[in-house]
Amino acid sequence: MSNVTIAVLIEQRDGAVARPSLEALTLARTLGTPVAVWLGVDPSADAMAQLAEYGAAEVRVANIGAESRYPAKAAAAIAAATEDARLLLVVSTFLNKEVVTRLAVTTGAGVVVDAAGVEFVDGEVEAFQTVFAATWNVRTRISGGKAIVGIRPNTTTASATDVPGAASIVQVSVELPATRETITAVEPVVAVEGVPLSEAPVVVSGGRGTGGDYALVTEFAELLGGAVGASRDATDEGWISHQHMIGQTGTTVTPALYVACGISGAVHHRGGMQASGTIVAINMDPDAPIFEICDFGVVGSLFDVLPQAIEAVKAHRAL
Amino acid sequence: MRILVTVKFTPDLQSNRSFSDGTVIRTADDGSMNELDENAVEAALQLVEAAGEGEVYALTVGGPDAVAAVRKALQLGANHAIHVSDGAAAGSDVFGTAAVLAAAIRKVHDEAPLDLVITGMAALDGLTSMLPTALAAELDWAQLTLASSLEVADGQATIVRNLPDAAETVTAPLPAVVSVTDELNKPRYPNFKLIMAARKAEVATWSLADLGVEPMSVGAGAARTTVVDASERPARADQKIVTDKGQGGAELAAFLIEKGLA
Repeated sequence: MSNVTIAVLIEQRDGAVARPSLEALTLARTLGTPVAVWLGVDPSADAMAQLAEYGAAEVRVANIGAESRYPAKAAAAIAAATEDARLLLVVSTFLNKEVVTRLAVTTGAGVVVDAAGVEFVDGEVEAFQTVFAATWNVRTRISGGKAIVGIRPNTTTASATDVPGAASIVQVSVELPATRETITAVEPVVAVEGVPLSEAPVVVSGGRGTGGDYALVTEFAELLGGAVGASRDATDEGWISHQHMIGQTGTTVTPALYVACGISGAVHHRGGMQASGTIVAINMDPDAPIFEICDFGVVGSLFDVLPQAIEAVKAHRAL
Repeated sequence: MRILVTVKFTPDLQSNRSFSDGTVIRTADDGSMNELDENAVEAALQLVEAAGEGEVYALTVGGPDAVAAVRKALQLGANHAIHVSDGAAAGSDVFGTAAVLAAAIRKVHDEAPLDLVITGMAALDGLTSMLPTALAAELDWAQLTLASSLEVADGQATIVRNLPDAAETVTAPLPAVVSVTDELNKPRYPNFKLIMAARKAEVATWSLADLGVEPMSVGAGAARTTVVDASERPARADQKIVTDKGQGGAELAAFLIEKGLA
């Protein structure tokens, strides 16, 4: 299928390529010939080099500026850039799910979002997901025509191609549709320092058991190179900002390692983290539901367990 | 103020759900209205209460069990309930579902204009959150999605939506499709009087023919996606739980080191 065009919508962060898009390019290389779709001003030389390194020979640029915040307008730009693509991969974010819905309405494409992977089977696109709070694996076939798949971060390991070439820019012109709604203000969120939660390879989360003290949770997260998460309880208490909330209505994470500290594991929380690689839980209550889904659990106080674990990891690294 | 809320029958999240022939098995025993739709019903009730006049319609599409979802909306205070029930709609994907809901919304809107359609941000069973956008596109109404605040005044609806990179303020003339997050409000509990009234309330049952929807245009046959395989994920193997007697942290560190994770 290597002559099949696989378009990848690139997520940007301050002009740089976000890591989940490198994962998507890596996945696209296994399916066909990747082309990158870039909404905004021309990518920098660094970004171009990186896109080429991950297999995109062509970068299709549609500079629609801030209009890309409108799902219907972003969809029109992507449609213009992907006319020849059999499959479009996007990172499964809330905004992208709206964008691809608009795109599917206008192009008739079939869509699967929140997927963990995708492959061709007998020439048809099949995507796999975990559903029902990650208790079931589901494989969905997208019949005929165009396919769109939203991929969750951390589901493919990003790797550069062995034979990187040079990538060229192709400008795409697009006529933007009018929308009935108007965005009247955009207030940037001050990004949490370090890796974004949804992309972090390690997440250490604190819940009610922290009593609002995130010092140890943060220290452990930093030690492991991860991000800090929280349960709904903790964000509702105002202990930590909503940006950190992990769960079905907050951020869904699929890190290689998830450490739940003082989190009971209510079903809404589990739905946002249950597909993680290795799950570790620390909780005072031996009956906490989080212990049903963990690989390693410690029944005890996080205020005793975390300091000892931090010292032990540091001691190991000093060897 | 006339508001229609779309609600979905979903299985209880605590119950065991399963697949059969590519569709979710839902039963009345362990399901009700999608929990996130309670925020949509609450938003509609609050707007009507603030306006001092108006009506709230609850609309669902689904098999016989789905009526439980609109009954729950009645218990919360919705004035009218509509259940689109038609075997030909079974197995619809999000676009088929949006087409059926839009046809029912147009029918209500044609009788007397609606100001808003309000939905939950996602259904906790599928959680794709694509429906509100598909519905706005199908109706060709404004799309105000993922609202964590909502104001309606002077024929305009204005929301704030919190995306990971920015908080957007979005405004549109009515009528509009609004999807609301669980940050918007705290849903009320049904009171006894409304529970009793909801039991006796009449639920309008409409077929695709009532809506002028061509049966072949929706349902499993028209769906662009088909579940080809579904299996329960195996429980985590070799699970280890220790009780901290002064060594828990060290054991945890050893586990992470052995796994190459620390």
